[in-house]
Amino acid sequence: MTEPGPEEYTPDPLTPVLTRRWLLPESWTLRHYTELGGYEALDTAFATDPADLVSLVKDSGLRGRGGAGFPTGMKWSFIPQPKPGEEPTAATKDAPQFKPKYLVINADEGEPGTCKDVPLMMADPHSLIEGCIITSYAIRANFCAIYVRGEVVHALRRLHWAVKEAYDAGHLGRDIHGSGFDLDIVVHAGAGAYICGEETALLDSLEGRRGQPRLKPPFPATAGLYAAPTVVNNVETIATVPSIVAGGKDWFRTMGRERSPGPKIYSLSGHVERPGQYEAPLGTTLRELLEMAGGMKDGIPLKFWTPGGSSTPLFTAEHLDVPLDFEGAAEAGSMLGTTALMIFNETVSVPWAVMKWTEFYEHESCGKCTPCREGCYWLAGILRRLTEGRGTESDIDTLLDVCSNVLGRSFCALGDGAVSPITSGIKYFRQEFLDLCADQQSPASETPVLAGAH
Amino acid sequence: MTSTEDVARRSSTGRTVDEVDLSIFDGQRERAAAIVARYPQPRSALLPLLHLVQHVEGHVGRAGVAFCADVLDITPAEVSAVATFYTMYKREPVGEHLVSVCTNTLCAALGGDDIYAAVRERLGGIGHEETSGTPGEPGSLTIEHAECLAACDLAPVLTVDYEFFDRQTVDSALEILDALQRGEKPHPTRGAPLTDFRSVELLLAGFFDEPEVGGAAANAGPSADPSTLAGARLAEERGWTAPPMPERGPDRTTESTTLPGGAS
Repeated sequence: MTEPGPEEYTPDPLTPVLTRRWLLPESWTLRHYTELGGYEALDTAFATDPADLVSLVKDSGLRGRGGAGFPTGMKWSFIPQPKPGEEPTAATKDAPQFKPKYLVINADEGEPGTCKDVPLMMADPHSLIEGCIITSYAIRANFCAIYVRGEVVHALRRLHWAVKEAYDAGHLGRDIHGSGFDLDIVVHAGAGAYICGEETALLDSLEGRRGQPRLKPPFPATAGLYAAPTVVNNVETIATVPSIVAGGKDWFRTMGRERSPGPKIYSLSGHVERPGQYEAPLGTTLRELLEMAGGMKDGIPLKFWTPGGSSTPLFTAEHLDVPLDFEGAAEAGSMLGTTALMIFNETVSVPWAVMKWTEFYEHESCGKCTPCREGCYWLAGILRRLTEGRGTESDIDTLLDVCSNVLGRSFCALGDGAVSPITSGIKYFRQEFLDLCADQQSPASETPVLAGAH
Repeated sequence: MTSTEDVARRSSTGRTVDEVDLSIFDGQRERAAAIVARYPQPRSALLPLLHLVQHVEGHVGRAGVAFCADVLDITPAEVSAVATFYTMYKREPVGEHLVSVCTNTLCAALGGDDIYAAVRERLGGIGHEETSGTPGEPGSLTIEHAECLAACDLAPVLTVDYEFFDRQTVDSALEILDALQRGEKPHPTRGAPLTDFRSVELLLAGFFDEPEVGGAAANAGPSADPSTLAGARLAEERGWTAPPMPERGPDRTTESTTLPGGAS
């Protein structure tokens, strides 16, 4: 590796790459995109062998920005391709390498706290479109669907407009830039279901079905959309690709850390002076971000926060210096998730916040598997009872017991995410849960109440 | 499996399916065929078709379900199974506008719960997915509490017909309600001029360019909310930039890099 060490080069505290055009008036237009180098990476890509593009992205170390952090180039490399000179035979004509390939963009941004992809699509949709073209070329797909949650109408409008501009300018359609490569992009509106952010549920939804997750394997790389090889990537991941093609892997690795390189949009929300989107190298800490965001609102101290949405275990003030990259967040007992930093001050009750999040998971559980469907229902009921002051100390044990039966036993990660706020909330703030039960020790309250039974 | 040709063949008007009169969809057959033609396989058209149904009916009713089933040559049960799964497909007629208040944790902590309570009270104590006034008449409002709307840096937020009204207070939200009930269309914080629920559903079906949904309304509104730009503006003020890209093209060496498998 030739990555410069910190003694050689330290990037600025903020490194606008994805957000570098956002300050322009009408930044979403093709005119402004091309003024700042837009669609130039496309020609570089078309002059490169698709397999080398996959290697470039692999070597850049880009990891998925949708929550799981899976290495993007590696995901692309799982798409089966015919060997050089391999032609379909009677025996292999239905094999995955001879099926059409698809690129599907996960723009179903709905993880509580997450608000990076919607502003990106509103302010700079062409970066996503150029990324889609390069990625589709790399994995040899001729159809790409951008699945946007339905509730963000203006982001859909901007994206649709940008796709139209790209068609008119010859960046989409047949024989793009004379490369012989064809690509169609469809902007597809969802219909309000958090679960569709799970990639296989998204594929089912895109096929016109209930958005419920599929059993894996087979993974989308071999049996995705229409059971054909499919890459599903997050908006921010794919919008990063043109910069990697333009700047190269070493440039990309000058930002971030060894195993989590590159810039990342950190979304600060809640009790901070200047909430918003801060694009900084991966590994930036909350302390640094808070300084840039003007500190805690009205100076009221920090109580708890999420590093990457409500599905990532809570952090507290003791985690201010945790480097926020995939390793740093995991080593400190949470997950980087979507870098959705929801920040709560001392005025917010942890059991209440946890109860609200659990009601969210209860509503959004797709109902396919029992642990998640029933677990979220009962967890929400118990938490409601607790926060209404009708809980008992044993409710805390019941909560943890139910959580242990949901975590790792659900069909997809929604169940795992649902228990994160509960288990981490109790871990760091058990006394607050106990305090809610403190006045519930009188004999009158010992008659068992079935939470949620009605 | 149904094909685009099949859809065209079934696009005769005045059809009746399972004794449901589909004549209100007579003007939509061309649009339905256009939706189906967008996708490699027709069934992918179902979600946009259901949005088209809501454009016509103001909700998904029996006729809408039968229409989708007719277009895609699947059973009404298959359509219903999908329509009932998704929050945005409404089973009762929606008012002129749909007001959605985010009551997820972060918005709620910043006032979202109070806003939702005030909205309910102002509209006579109606609840989730209930309507004040008569659907189809001006000033009728359907309300709902919404899950996270992906605008947390602008909390608390509400949307009217899925257009953002950011950084709300109880007072500002009630002013919006009053204006809507008077038949006015307050301008969203970001985004295009307000239309109504049914017009936006046409847009969600993928028809962005028609005059009735605002045509080139993509060009309305700011690039992003000013506070969303907090980071970009701070970087500009302090002269912070990403490292300069090398002049030469990308380094395309193929040496392998070992990365862990990620959390998925």
